[in-house]
Amino acid sequence: MTTFTVPTLAQMNASGEAPEVLFWVGCAGSFDDRAKKITKAMAKILHHSGVSFAVLGTEEGCTGDPAKRAGNEFLFQMQAMMNIEVLNGYGVKHIVTTCPHCFNTLKNEYPELGGEYKVEHHSQFLNGLLKEGRLKVEGGQFRGKKITFHDPCYLGRANDEYEAPRALLEKLDVELKEMRRCKQNGLCCGAGGAQMFKEAEKGDAEINHVRADEALETKAEIVVAGCPFCNTMLTDGVKNREKEEEVQVLDLAEMIALSEDL
Amino acid sequence: MQFLPNLIFLALLGGAIFWFSKNVGRIRRNILLGRDIDRSDNPAGRRANMLRVAFGQSKMQARPIAGFLHFIIYASFLIINIEVLEIIIDGIFGTHRFFAHYLGSAYDIIISFFEILAVATIITVVIFWWRRNVGKLDRFHKPEMKGWPFKDANIILYIEVGLMFALLNMNAVEENFASSEHSFIVSHSIAPLWSGLSENALHFMERFFWWIHIAGILAFLNYLPFSKHFHIILAFPNTYYANLESKGKFANNSTVTKEVKLMMDPSADPFAAPAPEDGAPVEKFGAKDAMDLSWVNLLNAYTCTECGRCTSECPANLTGKRLSPRKIMMDTRDRIDEIGKNIEANGEFKEDGKTLLGDYITQEELWACTSCNACVQACPVDIDPLNIIMQLRNFATMEESSAPAELNAMMTNVENNGAPWPFSQMDRANWINE
Repeated sequence: MTTFTVPTLAQMNASGEAPEVLFWVGCAGSFDDRAKKITKAMAKILHHSGVSFAVLGTEEGCTGDPAKRAGNEFLFQMQAMMNIEVLNGYGVKHIVTTCPHCFNTLKNEYPELGGEYKVEHHSQFLNGLLKEGRLKVEGGQFRGKKITFHDPCYLGRANDEYEAPRALLEKLDVELKEMRRCKQNGLCCGAGGAQMFKEAEKGDAEINHVRADEALETKAEIVVAGCPFCNTMLTDGVKNREKEEEVQVLDLAEMIALSEDL
Repeated sequence: MQFLPNLIFLALLGGAIFWFSKNVGRIRRNILLGRDIDRSDNPAGRRANMLRVAFGQSKMQARPIAGFLHFIIYASFLIINIEVLEIIIDGIFGTHRFFAHYLGSAYDIIISFFEILAVATIITVVIFWWRRNVGKLDRFHKPEMKGWPFKDANIILYIEVGLMFALLNMNAVEENFASSEHSFIVSHSIAPLWSGLSENALHFMERFFWWIHIAGILAFLNYLPFSKHFHIILAFPNTYYANLESKGKFANNSTVTKEVKLMMDPSADPFAAPAPEDGAPVEKFGAKDAMDLSWVNLLNAYTCTECGRCTSECPANLTGKRLSPRKIMMDTRDRIDEIGKNIEANGEFKEDGKTLLGDYITQEELWACTSCNACVQACPVDIDPLNIIMQLRNFATMEESSAPAELNAMMTNVENNGAPWPFSQMDRANWINE
């Protein structure tokens, strides 16, 4: 990417180092072209803030979330056990991830299987950096811009985190305009529960189009998401409504990286 | 003959309590047909949740209009029922307004307050009836509400109005007695309607309304176990036994954990003789029928009052898909009820060729869910339709391999290359150098 290198945990381990935090990239963050930009933005912020971090690289595997939500408990636990073996092997204590699905699974479903870590969504981790003064964010290019935030189900309702992303946005001096359905009542983007990987059942509308309409209703210039899957769904929704020229869909990490010219 | 009314009353009361207990017992038995699940942890947190959500109606207030109206009926129900205690004492001992002798002038004030609540209840019920029948709120007219569920809702409203009407008129008639000692705020203003009657006729009408009122209450009590309205009782245990953990945390199946651990244990002997407990019947993964669900799922099903807040928040339902979380709960209740009747008729469950998944809930409904938890969040009494959907998916995928083909392809990818897409695991870190 770049001006700095992102070490893998294996490399760090070989030189006898241990990172402060493991950046769990996730499948979307590793393979999806759009989501890779979020991954890079996050890596830049971590580097910029002087956080010692590493990724698992080729040793990372799907957390098993889509398999579990598609009903395949066996495949989920296989994935979980393999990941836990790797994580525990390296003595990982603290994980940050840009994907709320990975976040939820690592945080809630791994402990019982032997994987106990402090797991944070990037909105929470970055808030921590702000509080510690390691990351300084000023409005930059987004000052005064009208934006709206889409609550990812697996961060919001699933884990009751509504404030961390909003606190970050507040630092950017944006004008946050909430959608009709937000926070506890936020409407799903349509991707959860393994829907991302299949066509929707027969209906009279697509969920992501409806959600994009709700975002467009706010007249926001930027729709902010905190999940690579929500990002894809909302980007498609905005395109479907032919608004992609006027309205951008960005991740929280991208907003911060852009505002700091990283 | 002097004690005849007392005896009739006792017989009526005894019969009503007996029949009610019998039907509550049937529901309890049906709920306990469910798989065991441990919800004995954190009693303090559970009590607090029950107090907040059921007693305090906290989640009802997410929709302020319905929340406020419901609170009026709920509060009136709780408070006016204090008077039922007096009616029962009067009925058994042949006394009249038993509490009046002890409360003196406070009695008239208390009953007047009850009367105001009764009027508030009538007004609220009329608004509810209007919302349901004339206002055409979408959630009251979904396909699963056709027929009995719709009628059930109206019957409850009619009974409530009838009871309040009897209560107010009983008091109004009595104020016209030559020997009248009481005057209450609301009935005082309708008392003149009855002033033309003779003393005998007045006494007859007072008794008439008294009996209608108490008989109505006992009938209502016995209607509950056959109605969606049973939530007035089950809301309390249901919120007590609700899931208190993060909504995103789905339970891990411990049988699967054992198998996976064995598979990953390099020292395990693949040809080892099965352990003795493996002689037990093979456990089925997930749920196919109502009995495969947990007792909490079944308690949820009997608690559901079919308000439809879940369905009106469901992204799948909002976009015209067949899935309706309320229907998931109604189907579960109807099926476990059917199983209960089957057991009563045959002594034990006799295979009837039907199952919850397939005959009640279709695969199409099952796979439309995004697991977004909007239904769980919306439920005013902490019912969890998502948990049932996930158990049915477990069965469909692990026992029947009937998941949609695209999901099978996704799972094959996860299995082969550790990602839901067909990319090589070796390329996972490519983004670093791109």
